[in-house]
Amino acid sequence: MSILVIAEHDNAALKPAVLNAVTAAVELAGHAGGDVHLLVAGENAGAVASEAAQIAGVAKVLHADGAEYGHGLAENLAPLVVKLASGYSHVIAAATSFGKNVLPRAAALLDVQPVSDISAVESADTFVRPIYAGNAMATVRSTDSVKLVTIRGTAFDAAAAEGGSAAVESTDSAGDTGLSRFLGQELTKSERPELTTAGIVISGGRGMQSGDNFAMLEKVADKLGAAIGASRAAVDAGFVPNDYQVGQTGKVVAPDLYLAIGISGAIQHLAGMKDSKVIVAINKDEEAPIFQVADYGLVADLFQAVPELEAALDG
Amino acid sequence: MKVLVPIKRVIDANVKVRVKADESGVELTNVKMAMNPFCEIAVEEAVRLKEAGTASEVIVVSAGITQSQETLRTGLAMGADRAILIQTDVALEPLAIAKLLKAVVDKEEPGLLLLGKQAIDGDNNQTAQMVSALLGWSQATFASKVAVDGDKLNVTREVDGGLENVNLNMPAVVSVDLRLNEPRYASLPNIMKAKKKPLETVTPEDLGVDVTPRVETVKVSEPPARQAGVKVASVAELVEKLKNEAKVI
Ligand SMILES: Cc1cc2nc3c(=O)[nH]c(=O)nc-3n(C[C@H](O)[C@H](O)[C@H](O)COP(=O)(O)OP(=O)(O)OC[C@H]3O[C@@H](n4cnc5c(N)ncnc54)[C@H](O)[C@@H]3O)c2cc1C
Ligand SMILES: Nc1ncnc2c1ncn2[C@@H]1O[C@H](COP(=O)(O)O)[C@@H](O)[C@H]1O
Repeated sequence: MSILVIAEHDNAALKPAVLNAVTAAVELAGHAGGDVHLLVAGENAGAVASEAAQIAGVAKVLHADGAEYGHGLAENLAPLVVKLASGYSHVIAAATSFGKNVLPRAAALLDVQPVSDISAVESADTFVRPIYAGNAMATVRSTDSVKLVTIRGTAFDAAAAEGGSAAVESTDSAGDTGLSRFLGQELTKSERPELTTAGIVISGGRGMQSGDNFAMLEKVADKLGAAIGASRAAVDAGFVPNDYQVGQTGKVVAPDLYLAIGISGAIQHLAGMKDSKVIVAINKDEEAPIFQVADYGLVADLFQAVPELEAALDG
Repeated sequence: MKVLVPIKRVIDANVKVRVKADESGVELTNVKMAMNPFCEIAVEEAVRLKEAGTASEVIVVSAGITQSQETLRTGLAMGADRAILIQTDVALEPLAIAKLLKAVVDKEEPGLLLLGKQAIDGDNNQTAQMVSALLGWSQATFASKVAVDGDKLNVTREVDGGLENVNLNMPAVVSVDLRLNEPRYASLPNIMKAKKKPLETVTPEDLGVDVTPRVETVKVSEPPARQAGVKVASVAELVEKLKNEAKVI
């Protein structure tokens, strides 16, 4: 049996997290045997199917086309996954808002208990996953015949986007449930690298005091090619959009360099960034818990230190 | 329209969780418990729907040990009308909880289920999606805005790229995110009043649901510890270290 990866895309291109899920799938196939297949369900998403066929390690792309798959609605995608699942030992997706939305719905229809957000594969049926905001690591074994799993992107390298030559096979739609309708979206526009895959992330917290002050972080980000993130407090206060939130209930990042500016370091925030390679904290409170995980801590007023940092990067 | 709000009792979000020495789980004895924060947001939203005249009755339901009654009482003190405890000592998984909730829904016939997007203990983020599937209802996860529009529901969802708007057939299942509302604190008079509100207890057997776990916990261990590093005295020293020591810029 093979491993099926549910691919996330916007009908034009794959989302980067798919590549991390493919790596996890290849690892699973190493334990369970079989090939890695990708499901691309979309509306006029032929280009995505072709892109998926290039990913190293993918043996086959299943392409389902229909308006019912145009916006990733879980009510329509889940029955399609159910229809395909019997041929697979594992059905997986990245633990993105898309994967978290769709995969448990498919699992329930299959009478399977899914396993969320795994950070390691121990064997075909045994996985490691963080619980309690990463305060504990659970090793769990699934006894279901098909295993439905979401993958923590930062825990698995991205597969090579090119080098593969999978066959693209079309697969029939499972129909439109008509249960819900996509009305529209307000996506955050940014020229910066994507937060979860960026090599450098600079995040601001409540200490930033306003959304306007994030301009200071943007200047530093420009010089470093960094993505911008935030704590929950900064998002709740309306400084920045919701999709900037890093943490237990936001995005998980693990860049080479994470700069926490005016962030205290609550456990819920740490859950989203403590696997970063190098952590820098700038905070005026020397007792701030963020310093307990920071490789380099600077006790300073950020309104002085951040412009200084920006200037120093020219040197 | 009745609104059903499934709520979970978890370790309080402010408690530092500790792994047990025998790696069988996390320490729960003498640890402060509370309603899962996302469930508080769900209760708040349901109570606001009732205050707006959209909902006729708010029912809170929790599956778990006897002490989950305390969590249900908190929900009642926030403004729910009555409570159902599905009492069991079995450690429940989202699939089992979804089945139990479906059985309650079949009996109560609510028009809307509001759940938290995630319980902060297991961090599963599954139950809403699963109960919606079992019911064959529409679903909107990670809601930051919910508005009833005749026999439809408009929901704004927090997604990875920003926000998404969907229109759901009712009945519907919604899981709530942090920005939906700010939950109220229960006032003392309301806490007193909540003690007299009805709380019914049923068991998984009463509901005809098999709750045998499908996923076995092999062990629960400490995460890899991170060492605190050094304090630098100036921005210049920081930049120097990042360039020459860490070599990340
Ligand atoms: C259910 C739940 C889920 C949550 N999920 C998340 C999540 O996913 N992500 C997340 O981040 N949080 C999350 N939280 C919130 C978390 O508990 C903290 O409240 C939050 O992370 C605090 O954000 P903060 O550090 O920006 O603010 P604060 O804790 O208020 O810290 C602000 C810091 O800025 C410093 N500061 C202020 N002014 C200056 C200055 N001029 N110069 C330098 N330093 C300054 C202060 O010393 C302080 O340390 C969650 C909480 C709950 C209950
Ligand atoms: N034992 C339970 N009893 C009632 N509701 C629950 C229970 N467990 C989870 N839920 C609901 O499902 C949501 C998501 O939980 P989870 O899928 O475990 O992350 C919670 O916020 C609750 O609304």
